[in-house]
Amino acid sequence: MSNTTFDWIASLIKAVIIFVVLLQLVPVLIWLERKVVARMQQRIGPNRVGPFGLLQPLADAVKLMAKENIIPTGVDKLVYYLAPVISIVPALAAFAVVPFGEPIHVAGRVVYLQVAHVNIGILYVLALSSLAVYGITLAGWSSNNKYSLLGGLRASAQMISYEIPVGLTVVAVVLLAGSLDLLDIVNQQVKQGIWNIGPQFIGFLLFVVASNAELNRAPFDMAEAESELVAGFHTEYTGFRFAMFFMGEYVNMVTTSALATVMYLGGWHGFGPDVWYLNLIWFILKIFAFIIFYMWVRASWPRIRYDQLMGFGWKVMIPAALLNLAATAVVIVVAKERATLWLTAVNIALFVVFLAVLRLVNSRQLEQHRQVVPQPDAVRG
Amino acid sequence: MNPYLPILFMLIIATAFAVGALSLAMFIGRPKGGNERKLAPYECGIEPVVGEVRERFPVKFYLVAMLFILFDIEVIFLYPWAVVFRQLQVFGLIEMGIFLAILLLGYMYVWRVGALEWQ
Amino acid sequence: MTWIPFVLIAAVAVFFALYLVLSKNAVHGALSLVLVLVSLAIFFLLLGAEFIFIVQVAVYAGAIMVLFLFVMMLLNVGGAEGPLRENPSWQLAAAIVLGCVLLFEAALHIARAGEGVRHFPQAIAADFGSPERIGQLLFSSYLLPFEITSLVLLAAMIGAVVLALRRFP
Repeated sequence: MSNTTFDWIASLIKAVIIFVVLLQLVPVLIWLERKVVARMQQRIGPNRVGPFGLLQPLADAVKLMAKENIIPTGVDKLVYYLAPVISIVPALAAFAVVPFGEPIHVAGRVVYLQVAHVNIGILYVLALSSLAVYGITLAGWSSNNKYSLLGGLRASAQMISYEIPVGLTVVAVVLLAGSLDLLDIVNQQVKQGIWNIGPQFIGFLLFVVASNAELNRAPFDMAEAESELVAGFHTEYTGFRFAMFFMGEYVNMVTTSALATVMYLGGWHGFGPDVWYLNLIWFILKIFAFIIFYMWVRASWPRIRYDQLMGFGWKVMIPAALLNLAATAVVIVVAKERATLWLTAVNIALFVVFLAVLRLVNSRQLEQHRQVVPQPDAVRG
Repeated sequence: MNPYLPILFMLIIATAFAVGALSLAMFIGRPKGGNERKLAPYECGIEPVVGEVRERFPVKFYLVAMLFILFDIEVIFLYPWAVVFRQLQVFGLIEMGIFLAILLLGYMYVWRVGALEWQ
Repeated sequence: MTWIPFVLIAAVAVFFALYLVLSKNAVHGALSLVLVLVSLAIFFLLLGAEFIFIVQVAVYAGAIMVLFLFVMMLLNVGGAEGPLRENPSWQLAAAIVLGCVLLFEAALHIARAGEGVRHFPQAIAADFGSPERIGQLLFSSYLLPFEITSLVLLAAMIGAVVLALRRFP
């Protein structure tokens, strides 16, 4: 078998496996999200179909598949049909460059544990996730519904606003690694002896917040504010077309979590022996930790107002991400070989200061609140 | 083999799945027909309000998109800089410092005139 | 063998470019423009310029076309109502003349450049078009254009704000 044939077969197999795994993760994540959020809200969650309600997503899929295909009056048919496809295809393709293990040797040949090993991996993921805007905008526009249009526009303005802080925090990671190749970024973290979550702790926090907003998830889920917009860009979608938006969203969540794992949590590296199947388990565990964190956030925070959301993105996230980038660059130049150590120290110090300021502001607000609203004791006295 | 070829495989598989699944769903759930009410746009069950659906939109959205493009280009320039930063050292710091300082002027102007307020 | 992907992508690009020009619906036109831009990005990839490829996708397909869509929704020209007003006939004539000029110029350049353009250069550096090479060039030989870019961006920023926040009487 020639080298080229081997490469073709290997990458085809990898592409199929990644595709199947990503699609199969969607029902698992839907079940998990419903269960986790239910438990956090003192409910039980799905428990009728199958053990622990595990088959619930399957039942939902069948139901969605069999739904009547309603096409509302006045829709732009071409765009209306295209929008769900546009929202899922880039989501699936974005995962192609994410590495999930050290390259392994099969029959004397190197096989990368990622569908495509490209030089510019991190930019590729960001570029493809920026295409997710189209699905939402076009769905909103084509639906011939005021609320859908408003929801779609709002969501896309939000997504593009938060893309900038995401990009800026990623640049800080690239600064440390000196490469856009995701494999290099993981290896560099091993070489520097500490995962990037140390020297880029502030950047990590910014990335988590900004990516949460870019994923349109609560508390930034303006696109789907039921109470304001009926449902948002997918109001007029039924059945499987509706499901496709959901799948796209969950696949994007997996990709973002995988990207965060690769950039900040040392990718597939963990404790114990360095064999590929253990590494894979570490990788999956880290991704799931992220996903459960996103679910936790959803259950904890109420949706914020749209003007607050946009203001926060442009006036807080962008300056903070720029400052983080500038600080990282300066420390790298000044501290040279000891940059990692200094960055970790500076980040932790800054975080402590941030927490202290937050506490101060909170207690002051609480004080003002007490003065305005008389406490029960005072009323009784 | 071109390292980007597997991405093409991935795109083909994903598109085939999306189109296939949608076609299947269309076949299984054929429209049963219906009256005007059933096919009307859903606005909480109220009769759709009279008027243009695709109304003109606040110029604010245009401004956000425009600012996004400018900042996006700025971020794109940061990537090659970050990759070669260790070779450039102080020089790189100054180069990017000037670039960002000029853009920060614009950012401050945008903030001052209230273009970042969402009202 | 390198011509097969080129011809395929070129066919896609030309098809959607024609669709863009001939489509009466502005949003359909914008969507086909996205595909044209992505095809152009793939041309860069085929030439080995992978950084330019991803920049083309991220900036043109990912950012500028979003602005186009927003503007179409803003002005409400997207629907089936067609253009806001009929194009004057001189526009058609001007378009044909300018198109011919452009075609002639391209032909002239290809003819004058000779063998170098018609035959793909055999040897290019392994790291050609990589972010490292672009970074090295951009921050040494092309430093001045890079810094001036920031002025262009600044001007665009101020212009956008001035236009958008103008109070109409």
